[in-house]
Formats: sequence, C-alpha cells, structure tokens
Amino acid sequence: MSLAIDCQGLIKRFGTYTAVQDVTFQIPQGAIMGFVGPNGAGKTTTIRMLCGVLVPTDGKATVLGFDVKSQPEDIKQRIGYMSQKFSLYDDLTVAENLAFYAGVYNLRGKEAALQKKRVVERIGLGERTSQLVSSLSGGWKQRVALACALLHSPQLLVLDEPTAGVDPVSRRIFWDIIHQLAEEGMTILVSTHYMDEAASCDYLGFVFYGRLIAFGSPEEMKQREGKETLDDLFIYYVEREASEDPRNTKAGSGGAG
Amino acid sequence: MLRFSWTRFLAVLKKEFIHIRRDRASLIMAIAMPLGMLLLFGYAVNTDVEHLPTVVWDQSQTQESRDFVSSVRNTQYMDPDYYVSGYKQIENYLDSGKARAAVIIPPDFGKQLQEQQASVQVLVDGSDPTIARAVTSAVQMLGFDKSLKLQSQRLASMGISGGTTLPLDIETRVWYNPDMKSRNFNIPALIGLILQNVIAMLTSFSIVREKERGTMEQLIVTPIRSLELLLGKLLPFVLIGFVSLSLILVTGIFWFGVMPMGSIPLLVLLSTIFLFTILAIGLLISSIAKTQLQAMQMTFILILPSILLSGFVFPRETMPKLLQLMGGLLPLTYFLEIVRGIFLKGVGLQFLWQDTLALCLFAVILLAVASKKFKKNLD
Repeated sequence: MSLAIDCQGLIKRFGTYTAVQDVTFQIPQGAIMGFVGPNGAGKTTTIRMLCGVLVPTDGKATVLGFDVKSQPEDIKQRIGYMSQKFSLYDDLTVAENLAFYAGVYNLRGKEAALQKKRVVERIGLGERTSQLVSSLSGGWKQRVALACALLHSPQLLVLDEPTAGVDPVSRRIFWDIIHQLAEEGMTILVSTHYMDEAASCDYLGFVFYGRLIAFGSPEEMKQREGKETLDDLFIYYVEREASEDPRNTKAGSGGAG
Repeated sequence: MLRFSWTRFLAVLKKEFIHIRRDRASLIMAIAMPLGMLLLFGYAVNTDVEHLPTVVWDQSQTQESRDFVSSVRNTQYMDPDYYVSGYKQIENYLDSGKARAAVIIPPDFGKQLQEQQASVQVLVDGSDPTIARAVTSAVQMLGFDKSLKLQSQRLASMGISGGTTLPLDIETRVWYNPDMKSRNFNIPALIGLILQNVIAMLTSFSIVREKERGTMEQLIVTPIRSLELLLGKLLPFVLIGFVSLSLILVTGIFWFGVMPMGSIPLLVLLSTIFLFTILAIGLLISSIAKTQLQAMQMTFILILPSILLSGFVFPRETMPKLLQLMGGLLPLTYFLEIVRGIFLKGVGLQFLWQDTLALCLFAVILLAVASKKFKKNLD
C-alpha cells in the first residue's frame, strides 16, 4: 500500500523557539490518523507544514507523493482542509460559499455543478443551499465547511479540531461521514481533544511540547503502557512528560503556537 | 499549476461583489460619505469673508455719517446691523462675538469731513486673522476711495480740473478664479481627499475582514495565488472609486456650480492613476492592521496630514522646508496640483506632466511594496 504521508524528522523553529521537534511517522492511504495533545503542543504547526503552508526548518516530508518544500502547490490542489474556525463567509449563502470554493479549486462549468451536487447530496445540505451561513447552527456550519473542503475530491482530508464546540449529535453525524470517506479510500488527518474520536482513528499520534512522543494504533498504545482507556493513557503521558520537561520547573513558561 | 487562473480570479471577484451588495455599511460609506464630505467641506470650509456682523456707534447722526455707514455695507464684507452708543456696549458686542467689527464715528464727523480731515475708528476682532486682515483691507480701500472722491470734488470746486487722475494706477486682475471663491479652490481638491479616505478605508476593510473572520487562513491552504486574490479583491474598489468620483464631479458641477475649465477625460484618466495609489495605501494598511477598527484608525490618522500638508487648505510654498518635504511624501499633494490645474486653469499634460510622473511613481512603488507585503502575509 502506498503512503499518504511520509514524515521524516520534521523540525520547525520560530526564532529560538522550537515548535515542532523531530516528528517522524508514516500513514498509508485510506487511513484515519489522529493527533492528540494539549493546546500549544505543535499539532497545528505540524499540520500546516504538511499542507505546504509553513516551510519546515529541517527534515523531510512527502504528502501524496509530493514534497512539502518544493511542491506545495501540488499538495494544496489535492488536499481538503477544514479548521475549528469554520472558515466560511457568514454573509454568503451555502450555495454561494460552495460556488466560491469550487472556483478557488479551479472547478468550472459542468464539472463545478456536478461536484457541488455531489457534496450537497453527500452531506445532506439540500434544503439549506439558499440559507445564509450566519443563520446556521454550529453543527450545520461545520458540515458546510466540510462540504467546501470536499468539492475537489481531495485524496487527503486535513481536519484541525473540526468538532471543537459542536454538540454531540452533530459530532456523531460528522464522524459517520468521516468514516465513510475513509472507507472509500480517502486519507484523513485529524487533530482532536475528544478521546472517543481518537479511539476511532486507525493511527494515533501523541504530541507534547513539539515532539511526537507516541505513535501507533489506539489498541497498541493502550497495551504498551498497560492502560484501560485512552483518557488514562493521555493523563499518564502528560504527567510523565511534564515532570521530565525542564520548562515546567520554571513557573509560567508555557509553550505557544 | 502556477499559471494565473481566471476561474479562481473570477470566483474571488464574484464573492467580493456579493459582500459589497450585502454589506449595507460599506455601500452607505461608498455613497453617503463622499456626498456628506462634499456638502460639509463645500459649505463649512469657506475662507471667504463676507457679511460680518458689525456694530456702529454713530455719534454724528448726520447725512454724511449715514452715507458712510451705507458705503460700509456696500463693501459686502460687513453688515452694520447693530447700533449702539458708548464703548461699553461695543465691548459687549465684540466680547460676546455678536459682532466681529465696530465702526465708531465721532460727533463732528460731518463738519470735519467738509473742512479738513475726518477720522473714523474701526475696531476688528483679530482672533481670526483671516477675518481681521480682510476687514482691515476692506475699510482701508473704502477710506481711500472716499478720500479720493472728496478730494477731487474739492479740487473741482476750486476750479482745478484733472485732479481726478492719480499719478500711479495699479490695475489688478485675478486669473482663473476671478471672484476669488474659496469653493472653486476647495471642491476640486475634495475629489482627492474624499477618494483617498473612502477607497483606502473600504479596501483595507475588505482584506482585514478576511483576517478577522479566519477565512484568510482557509484561503492560504487552497491553491489560490496571491495575484488572483489581490486582483479579485481590488477590482471592485476600482469600480466603487469611479462611482464615487462621478458622484463628486456631478455634485460639484451641478450643485456647487464649479465647472472644470480643462478636459474631463484627462481628469478621469489622472484620477485613475491616483486611485491606484490609494488602493495600494489601503492594501498597506490592511497588511499592518489586524482588525477593522485598527484599519479605520489608520485611515483617520492619514486624514490630518492630508488636509494640512498637501496644500488642501494652506499653500505649501509658505511652509517650513521640513513640512514641505513631508507633504511631498503624500500622493494627494501631486493630485491636488493636477486636479486644480485642470479645474481652475484648464491646463493639460504639458504643464502637469511632472505631477503626473510623480503620481505614476507613487502608484508603481506603493503597489509593488503593498503586494509584496500582501504576498508575504499569505504565504
């Protein structure tokens, strides 16, 4: 099976601060990979490097076979991205948002119409297309944002805390769609704070202070440390790492980014 | 992949027009602000001194003194509407600001006028030097005129003819703005000031809004190129700029009656170049400002030097060198020369090429810097 993401020793420094330190992992196509870790651990920075938006300071990464340093434009055209902040235009209708993102992904004419119809059916937006985004609930906004990210049939879907602040029912519906997409062969890279979401991923990466301190399938990881649940595992990691981290001995010097 | 994509560009353009259509505040700003500023400046910024309330203490109460007061009224500068007796009352009028000038005619005015030399005292409220200067020169002219007339009458009655001619006669003629209306000077300049404020603000708003909403972050992850985004976002404001420009021109011509003496097509062409420098300024503001409020404050900060240093109100020639240089850094300074040249003098490019060149230089440099900064933000 070919690799969707091949990440080798990725490093990102902002001045003297190291946001991401030596991150190495590989995920095959069609897998769901989850990033977990505290806020400011470097999840978003890693994701942004893999999207070809941030240039890594050191290390190598290929996404869908393209190098993140030299071929960011090829990557951008082939991935779908959605973040916690529902990057939609509030004063545009659902259909207008879809039309805009279709254009941005260079879809035109018949193809654009076909793809719009496809995602509207898939996500179940049929009755909402003429509604202004500002009048939608959080759960619906999130689904419209997902629809916009799927218009160009991306091979890799990148979700940065997609369900933060969304009600449980909408979360369930959202993850059902994600699992379906993965079954159809789409690779998913997702960062999350919810352990139930993490448990349903094929691979998990635990990020702490810019380092990937554990990687594997959720079952494997639990067994390795002898923990019952992912919650226990998460807390165990945080406590272990925090006591070892020299930064924590000095009060108030938390990480940023 | 790296080629300019019309599909992406048109997608941005279309979205931008929907924003503008739905955003009442921007629409109102694009139409009401030019009109509001035009009316405000057209009426309020008036340095013409006319019909100043004047108080008169006529101690003479003769035909001569009444003649004198009516000739004061005929100058159009002063309206001698208040009559008092006593300095106390005059002081009262000037202190309270009810009158700006006072005319005091001595009791023996009529008699003195016939016999030797009569004197009239004029008090002027000098807190506004423009007013004081205008009143002073108006009454001096009046005194000179009257004296000349009386002198020649006296000489004629003594049988000397030819005494009416002066040895030296200076004939002044005011060109370009013969009535010396400050409105003719201000309205053309307003085209520049209004365009600058409205378009810079709207442009910076439209870009900063994407930053505020987080949509810019989303766009960065898409294959859109900065040039496509930039053109798609700026083009609508070029159009709005033209709407504002025609609005100001039409109001200036038909409402205020300020007719351009020169070529209107040339005016529109050079205004377009000016518009590009304004778009670049808006773009620069948006690359620094993080919120719309900051963008608004930055545009407002720009207004004061634009009014004071560009020659909008005060002539640049009399400014200290440093301020002249600072004024030279404003594109508006050059545009004012152009717009006043075309409106008032009716001159063409043969006299305006230097200012036009300066404006082009500004447009190119500012646009290059601004789009580079924009690109850096996007990457």
